[in-house]
Amino acid sequence: MATRFSSLAKPQGVWWRALGRDERLWVGIAVIWGLAMFVMITAIWPLIGEQQNWIRSYRITPAEFRARVDAFIAAYQVGERAGVPVVAPPPGGDVYLEALSFAWRPVIQLRRGETYRFLISSRDVQHGFSLVMAPHSINYQILPGYVTEVLLTPEQAGEYPIMCNEFCGLGHHLMLGRIIVTD
Amino acid sequence: MQASGTLQRRCAVTGLWVDRAAERQIMAHAVTAVVYLAIGGVLALLIALTRWQVVHLLPAQTFYEFVSAHGMVMLIFWILFFELAGLIFGSTVLLSARMVLPALGWLAYGLMLGGSVVATVMMLSGQATVMFTSYPPLRATPWYYAGVLVFAVGAILGVVHFFLNVVAARWRGEVGSLPLFTFALMAAAILALWCLLSGAAALLPTFLWSVGLVSSVDPGIYRLLYWGLGHGAQQVNLAAMVATWYGLASLTTGAKPLNEGLSRIAIVLYILFIQMAAMHHLLTDPGLGVWVRNVNLSYFMYAAVMGSLIHAFSIPGAVERALRERGYGAGLFTWLRRAPWGEPGFGALVVSLLLFGVLGGISGVIMGGPQLNLISHNTLLVPAHFHMTVVAGTTTAFMGLSYYLVPLLFQRELVLRRWATWQPYVFGLGMLLFGLGMGLAGHWGVPRRHWDITFASVPAALRVNLLDRPEIGVFLALLGIGALIAVVGGVLYVLIIVGTIVLGRRTATPTLGALVPEAFSAVPAVAGGAEPARADAHGFEVPGTLVLSLGFLVLFVLLYGISWYELSRVPWQIR
Repeated sequence: MATRFSSLAKPQGVWWRALGRDERLWVGIAVIWGLAMFVMITAIWPLIGEQQNWIRSYRITPAEFRARVDAFIAAYQVGERAGVPVVAPPPGGDVYLEALSFAWRPVIQLRRGETYRFLISSRDVQHGFSLVMAPHSINYQILPGYVTEVLLTPEQAGEYPIMCNEFCGLGHHLMLGRIIVTD
Repeated sequence: MQASGTLQRRCAVTGLWVDRAAERQIMAHAVTAVVYLAIGGVLALLIALTRWQVVHLLPAQTFYEFVSAHGMVMLIFWILFFELAGLIFGSTVLLSARMVLPALGWLAYGLMLGGSVVATVMMLSGQATVMFTSYPPLRATPWYYAGVLVFAVGAILGVVHFFLNVVAARWRGEVGSLPLFTFALMAAAILALWCLLSGAAALLPTFLWSVGLVSSVDPGIYRLLYWGLGHGAQQVNLAAMVATWYGLASLTTGAKPLNEGLSRIAIVLYILFIQMAAMHHLLTDPGLGVWVRNVNLSYFMYAAVMGSLIHAFSIPGAVERALRERGYGAGLFTWLRRAPWGEPGFGALVVSLLLFGVLGGISGVIMGGPQLNLISHNTLLVPAHFHMTVVAGTTTAFMGLSYYLVPLLFQRELVLRRWATWQPYVFGLGMLLFGLGMGLAGHWGVPRRHWDITFASVPAALRVNLLDRPEIGVFLALLGIGALIAVVGGVLYVLIIVGTIVLGRRTATPTLGALVPEAFSAVPAVAGGAEPARADAHGFEVPGTLVLSLGFLVLFVLLYGISWYELSRVPWQIR
């Protein structure tokens, strides 16, 4: 039987040995658990989950994206809140949301139970889309030059603030947007 | 081996040959590391007292500057200087081998020191308030990127020097199989080389952009390359910490790895797979497909998690076996009761292993899945996770190791030994409260790197106050109180180490508590120290460890399940 060596000493001779009973048991259990987590992520949750990470993305210049946001606001604006336009897109329609230092533009008004295609990008630096629905938040990294596309279906009426959770400059903590969901 | 005059000395405690040049360089790296730890610790205290919303100490701009500097100083400078000290130790002293090119070592040290000082000054003076991650197009002064790049070049040279030392020792026939400690450091060095090159590839174009030579840097590509460094550096810490765990177990209990081969395979799993998992920072980024995320982040990450699960079993197992052999064999846990709890190295090992495994490891695996990341990306859960791994895990382990290496290398008596006995527990308790508070606040959606979650200066029509949920206030108080206790532990450590270096009595044979003298020797000290057949009635060699490990796994499964349940409670459908 091979000898065992201190981890601080140079092992001498043959140190390879078969796994003991304890080790076989533990490694076996660990492999099973690893596979279980893999199956959960790649198969089980995609089948049963209501919250999926299926981000689609496109490249766009910040100027082009800004033009689309402006057109979106012009088409569907219904009011204003603290100087920010409030926009109510048609149920099932597209929603353009622009992050800039230090605001989210526009404020969005949605209908409960309808599915909207969100198109989110940044005008300047990187931002973090963090939709507050206490006690949780839904989070995406927002990059200038890329559009993040997700389909969102609000199932509960209420007001949902959007924080920025990627440091974007000294006014980072001033950056707040809002999604309003009505019945 | 020939003792060549004043170039080498023989350590009177361990019997190892100590190369004088290597010794001086280890000292320089270690002292620099502790200085950075002290600076980062002061910043940590001020930041924590700002995030504790009722105290809210610093103004916004200072807060962001200090968070930037704290991240860089702790995650890169403190830890890499200490690791370079460890790499030199593991590739020369521990092998009784000479240092190949002392001049290269000093060059590496000089570049690291110069680069790190410039970068730190830039961050503290508000010219590089871009956080540790410095994501473009947020811009810092070119001096900052230059400082970090020079530091990286120095660190790369230091790592290359480690390889040269090991290869030269082999050519000279001074070493066959590496000690497990050095083997794990070899993994750390390989990961370090990869991560430093990846970091340089991210930062070089960014530097050129900051001086106007390149018109733009793609933020998505930058993030991909940057996280090879940002998380890669943490994998280096992981491998170096695992080396330290094995080392501390051997030093304080005479533990010998249960199965040398299995432990080494677990280390190789890190080399092969863990860098792929660094992509988990990009889970909610645009630009990546679903299967890139799945393959890198679940499949290959779990191959690396396997490595950690193996160490989590085999280190306590080795301790259990060593203590059973010393006569504490009764029942399941007699060995655990009779373990050297008053020995700082053992205390540090237990604190590090427990907090890293239970809080750091489990939280990392949970957040690292593409779906669960939706509710944790960039929340306080992220820094809570890496404070449990890098601070409660790696830093505690390094602190424990220094209580032995500092007296041996500086040849001085450790001062304030009673304090050292308590230090890991004080530090560990602080980090535990801190981690729980921060992690729970993050789970409740509190963002990281954020100065004011009451949004007091936002117009009322848009305002939200996260403290409207009273539990968040409690979590942040826990964060603040935990940080205060941990800082006390950190101050104790710095006082003990600086006190030892400056005031400790000079001696060639410092007293080292329960240090097991034969820990450095491959030959059993007592004749007939060969393998006695060991197995309890059920045929298990380390039943106590098996029970502990299974308990850990049950907790893991439970927390994993709770996390999915929490995701399912999000009241919106996301496709």
